Amino acid sequence: MAATLDQLFVQLLHGMTAPLPEAIRPWVALAISLGAILAVFGLCFGITTVCERKAIARMQNRLGPNRVGPYGFLQFAADGIKTLTKEDIVPRTADQVVHFLAPLALLVPVVLTFLVLPFGRNMTAMDLEVGLLFFFAAGASTELAVFMAGWSSRNKYSLLGAMRAIAQMLSYELPFILSTIGVVMITGALSTTKIVEAQAAAPGEWLARWHVFTPWGLAAFLLFLIAAFAESNRSPFDLPEGESEIVAGYFIEYSGFKFALFFMAEYLGMFSSSGMAVTLFLGGWTAPFAFLDWVPSWMWFFGKLGVLIALFIWVRGTTPRLRMDQLMDFAWKFMLPLALIILPTAAIWHYAGRGWLGWLVTAPIVVGAYVLLGRSLVGRRRIRQRSYRYAAT
Amino acid sequence: MLGIGLIKGLAETGRNFVGSYLDPDRLVTVEYPEERLPVKENFRQFPFLVFDGEKADIGLRCVACQICEKECPPQCIYIEKSKDKKPDHLGKPQFYPAVFDIDISVCMSCQICVEVCPFDAIKMDQQFELSTADRFRGLLLTRDRLAKPNSHFQAIHPRDAAEIDMRRVDERAKAEAKAKADAEAKAKQATAAAPGATKAVASTPKPAAAPANEGAIS
Amino acid sequence: MPSHGGATAKVPTEAGAPRGPDAYRLTAGDNEYDDGSLLEISMGPQHPSTHGVFRMDVVLDGETVVKLKPVFGYLHRNHEKIAESASYLAAMPYTDRLDYFCSLTNNWAYALAVEKLAGLQVPERAEFLRVITAELTRLQNHVCLAGFLMQDMGASGTPLMYGFREREKILDLFEALTGARMMCNYMRFGGCRCDTPPGWLEEVRKVVDRFPRFLDEFENLLSSNEILMARTQGIGVLTRDLAINAGITGPVLRSCGVDYDLRKVDGYGLYPKFQFRVPLGDHGDTYDRYMMRILEMRESLGILRQALDAIPEGPILDPKSKLRGFRPKPGEAYGRIEAPKGELGFYLISDGSPNPYRYRIRPPSLINLTVLEDLCLGHNVADTVTILGSIDIVLGEVDR
Repeated sequence: MAATLDQLFVQLLHGMTAPLPEAIRPWVALAISLGAILAVFGLCFGITTVCERKAIARMQNRLGPNRVGPYGFLQFAADGIKTLTKEDIVPRTADQVVHFLAPLALLVPVVLTFLVLPFGRNMTAMDLEVGLLFFFAAGASTELAVFMAGWSSRNKYSLLGAMRAIAQMLSYELPFILSTIGVVMITGALSTTKIVEAQAAAPGEWLARWHVFTPWGLAAFLLFLIAAFAESNRSPFDLPEGESEIVAGYFIEYSGFKFALFFMAEYLGMFSSSGMAVTLFLGGWTAPFAFLDWVPSWMWFFGKLGVLIALFIWVRGTTPRLRMDQLMDFAWKFMLPLALIILPTAAIWHYAGRGWLGWLVTAPIVVGAYVLLGRSLVGRRRIRQRSYRYAAT
Repeated sequence: MLGIGLIKGLAETGRNFVGSYLDPDRLVTVEYPEERLPVKENFRQFPFLVFDGEKADIGLRCVACQICEKECPPQCIYIEKSKDKKPDHLGKPQFYPAVFDIDISVCMSCQICVEVCPFDAIKMDQQFELSTADRFRGLLLTRDRLAKPNSHFQAIHPRDAAEIDMRRVDERAKAEAKAKADAEAKAKQATAAAPGATKAVASTPKPAAAPANEGAIS
Repeated sequence: MPSHGGATAKVPTEAGAPRGPDAYRLTAGDNEYDDGSLLEISMGPQHPSTHGVFRMDVVLDGETVVKLKPVFGYLHRNHEKIAESASYLAAMPYTDRLDYFCSLTNNWAYALAVEKLAGLQVPERAEFLRVITAELTRLQNHVCLAGFLMQDMGASGTPLMYGFREREKILDLFEALTGARMMCNYMRFGGCRCDTPPGWLEEVRKVVDRFPRFLDEFENLLSSNEILMARTQGIGVLTRDLAINAGITGPVLRSCGVDYDLRKVDGYGLYPKFQFRVPLGDHGDTYDRYMMRILEMRESLGILRQALDAIPEGPILDPKSKLRGFRPKPGEAYGRIEAPKGELGFYLISDGSPNPYRYRIRPPSLINLTVLEDLCLGHNVADTVTILGSIDIVLGEVDR
């Protein structure tokens, strides 16, 4: 029973493609998978927007949307209809072609990144040997689309937003990729499926071998997550669209459905980076404990994804925004050195073994590096808590 | 250490998130059309004209003295005096407003008309759901729309209304007593001076002094 | 190809957008920044964080501000001239609308000026009520300021909502006392308009007792937040000399270490009777300006507790005061108070007629705003927004 549930979607796909001739079968399978990904994550996008609004509302002691549908959960449908029927305004002086292409150029690579994510056992749409590389290549090309949008709108705010976006995304691309190298070193594979399989519990062990359970893995996971915040322009790194400063940043001149596409691409980007974080550090579709293996694998994946998205929302409800130079400082003076220190730590871990010796050697390195780098980052700017005096009388 | 303040902040929002489900002190939202807070007694919206008795055109307290029209800061009151007079609650003949308009698109609910009125004729209403599709005639309250019975005033401002009603009853009793005394005195005089001539009794009683509450409304 | 100087490449004409490189030049075309290296942007009057209809004409080099021109007057309502043609009393509700967050302190400042002019005495209970309402006003103003400042920093509204949650409780108190939440129109020459409704003082005490919990929460959320500290410390430093020369008052002045609080200096009302301290900053940056407000709120709570303990029974209006036919003797008077934003003063000249001959306001917001360019130069465009937020302006008062 558990096994059938686990492989339900795989069997379904197999059944749909089996009658077809051998030559076109992989293509049709890919197309169906892509359609399923679009449908599932499109729905996820809708539900996440509602959940985000409700969760942030609760953090702010409000009720949040509660008028459309049960508990307001159909709000996203109402929003979708609204954006579809809104007038699409293109500035007269905008570069019409580029302005039109930018949302598409943003959405397509984001959707492509989902192809290499393993959603469950045997549930990778395109099981590439260099899956990780493909993920980063496709993900990085969104930067072009953002700049296309900002530049073609011919608006000063959108240009500022686009400049910020380019600088930010390029800077955070480095720690984003470097933090994953440790995983590649340890597992010796670029294929996402193999990386997940390497993290499953070994026979006879009760705890899974998720990379996040190691000192270097935890640090790399946090680095990856922070970089993912920056890559998907989420608070506290939402400078490219910083509402209070540059109004809406690079998509200020977009309205109607094109705006919705930008919005959707942002959320899909968040899903795909969270999915990659799950794959690399949280064991993908594997269960954390051996005795929980009976739960279908895709449930594990989506459960972990949900937890990470909740974290994204939580952070958004809490933090103010960084400034551009501080953002750069943080990327180049804190995250990059830390990522470079984590690399040899992973190597040491590999040779010291998973036991207490590994912990004893690697944990102090990671913690020490974190404390020292953090202190130098803060100390350089003389940021500290202050005490205040009162006037005499 | 870097990140401590951030984690403290996350803990705080997390606590508020949970608290908004458990603690009614945190989730203070009132879903307005379905839920309503009780209206506070002092709450004020736009002015209305008080009338006594059943009929607005008879019992209107306003005597068209036009003080409120002069004092109104945004000048949103327009009054036209009547040509004829009719008796007020003390029996004294008074003018009444032939036209009394308040443009509530101009009115700023400052309550100064209420404070300066020497006749307790204009008071603040508490009705606030006044939206209308007609922004000219719909927002111009004429005398008929402004006139509301004293019972309405008693319902929305019980403390003020009780005080004013007491005062008015007192004034009326005083006025009646004085009128009676006057009439008796006159009758006595008439019988003493010219027996048989009783027409002085039928004449209108001497009006009492204008209500003595001038400037004392606060 | 058109040349780069002068009027050739500008805002496109009706005939269609210009093509070629000039189509993408973003400078205005015929001003001094037209070498293409500087970017002139107009922040406001329809910008999410200019606190009303305020416009900043900012010239940027990259994202660094090299020139900033504040433009205001979009909300000019001719308040002073209207007040000169209306009676003394009729100007009172208009003062509510100056700084619409703090209508009660505006009322007080105006009432103080008229009382000086007409020589009216305020009964003790009315003085207590004035102190209580003014300190409540200070609380809700500072709460909003801190919330809006965080909103300008991009905190997605969470601190603002916490602030509004608390402000709501104070506004409920105002509504129960005065009948309106924001446009209170409560004080009269020689006292207050009406006495407290039954149980009102207990309600105030409840709110005052709960307020420290909120302040602690707020500080937990933000005051030690690394991002907040990085965004505000060392940003927009106002020097002591500049502050004094520019006539800055209020928390902005005290954040640069100048001990000047009218509640202590003038001792108007009953403030000399109360124990409270005046917090002072040492750096004069945005963080100090923010912290001044937080610390002042704690002192205000202390004043409120003392006032609630000591408030006597008694009349609330000077019997000499009259509403109709109020004609002060010819003369002049200047009444000033420490409003939440700084020194709020009303200057009146009477010629014996029912309306003032001259009516002039010293608005703290406007005068504090004059140093905006000095604070912003050399900082990032993102900082101009937070600096503006930390100065705490309300356009109703700036433009009048």
